[in-house]
Amino acid sequence: MEISVDVNGTSHAADVEPRTLLVHFIRDTVGLTGTNIGCDTSSCGACTIHVNGEAVKSCTMLAVQADGQQVTTIEGLANGEQLHPMQEAFMECHALQCGYCTPGMVMASVSLLDENPSPTEAEVREGLEGNLCRCTGYHNIVKAVLSAAGGDQ
Amino acid sequence: MIPVQFDYVRPESADAALAALAEHGDEAKLMAGGHSLLPMMKLRLAYPAVVVDIGRLSDLSYVNDAGDHLAIGALTRHRDVETSELVNEHAPLLAAATANVGDLQVRHRGTIGGSLAHADAAADHPSALLALGGSVVARKADGSERVIDGADLFAGFLESSLDPTEMITEVRIPKHTGAGWNFQKFNRRAQDWAIVGVSAQQVNGSARVALVNMHPTPARATAVEAAISGGASAAEAAEQAAEGMEPSSDLNASVEYRQHLARVLTKRALQEAGIS
Repeated sequence: MEISVDVNGTSHAADVEPRTLLVHFIRDTVGLTGTNIGCDTSSCGACTIHVNGEAVKSCTMLAVQADGQQVTTIEGLANGEQLHPMQEAFMECHALQCGYCTPGMVMASVSLLDENPSPTEAEVREGLEGNLCRCTGYHNIVKAVLSAAGGDQ
Repeated sequence: MIPVQFDYVRPESADAALAALAEHGDEAKLMAGGHSLLPMMKLRLAYPAVVVDIGRLSDLSYVNDAGDHLAIGALTRHRDVETSELVNEHAPLLAAATANVGDLQVRHRGTIGGSLAHADAAADHPSALLALGGSVVARKADGSERVIDGADLFAGFLESSLDPTEMITEVRIPKHTGAGWNFQKFNRRAQDWAIVGVSAQQVNGSARVALVNMHPTPARATAVEAAISGGASAAEAAEQAAEGMEPSSDLNASVEYRQHLARVLTKRALQEAGIS
């Protein structure tokens, strides 16, 4: 099936099988490998991207469902050399260890603040419940999100 | 993991979707948010020949005040139900149960109609539908509609009473403005399904109680309700929570543990809801 997906502001047209997962389309067809595949069962959140501005798990969407939609991946957050404030906050707060969960964590965190610009710590922890960090570095991740939200962390 | 090959259609209207269902019968499956169906297709537990994507039928996404009840479009996403002022005012139990579904990413995609049609006894919504005395509107390609009471919607394990050519178009939730309610969910990890869950709703001095994951279908705890009507305290009534239930034993919990959890959580739910 012919689809056209706007990925980070660039239109990508391709002929895909209906069963192609969106994460595979992003990684293999578009060639953006910042979006990781972790559990492949919509549990871990490593593959979190934005579809029309909202965080979703790209292992649990078909590429054909994204036809004509706007997708943002981790590669689309920075403005040239200028990192997104959430990326800056993750760096400043040492909110990553191995880094595998990081793209998904950052994308989920940006979406979280879009919906709730001044979350409490509890709201951040709850809002990120769909993202697992197997280094268990949650504490600094929560700090980073609060910092990006303008808190005094 | 990728699904078995299938044909994909994305009709522009509910009528066109129903026509596709009528054409393909039980070879076809409706996909709304895809957050129940797609995981099952990836595990190859489901392998429809035709996927009918109704996820973009935005005219079926709404929450309306319909007088004595709320009318919620079948394709209203969990996040929109959870944050709806109308739902929070008139059926806060539904808002709370919805806020417990999966995680934010899942709630951005999953829909109330899709979740109910999936008829999963381990899901949070069906118990709220039962406790609130809700119903669904099911439509067929010939335009005929019927209202299915929540009590009649769940036919068996992962099986609804919907005909393969029917589609849920609306969920109706009677208003319970200001009445006591509570939702309890016990699980081990934040985003998991409930090992056991409880929806409790005060209704005219009595109570409706429904359990999550305690039976092959979402189920009312009728023995608890009868005990409350008979004047029992919350603690006494909750002792009946596992009556008539046939819970499964799995990696998370044995039958006995689930029965224990049902009693403990029902007691908490009744007390928090102010039912006794």
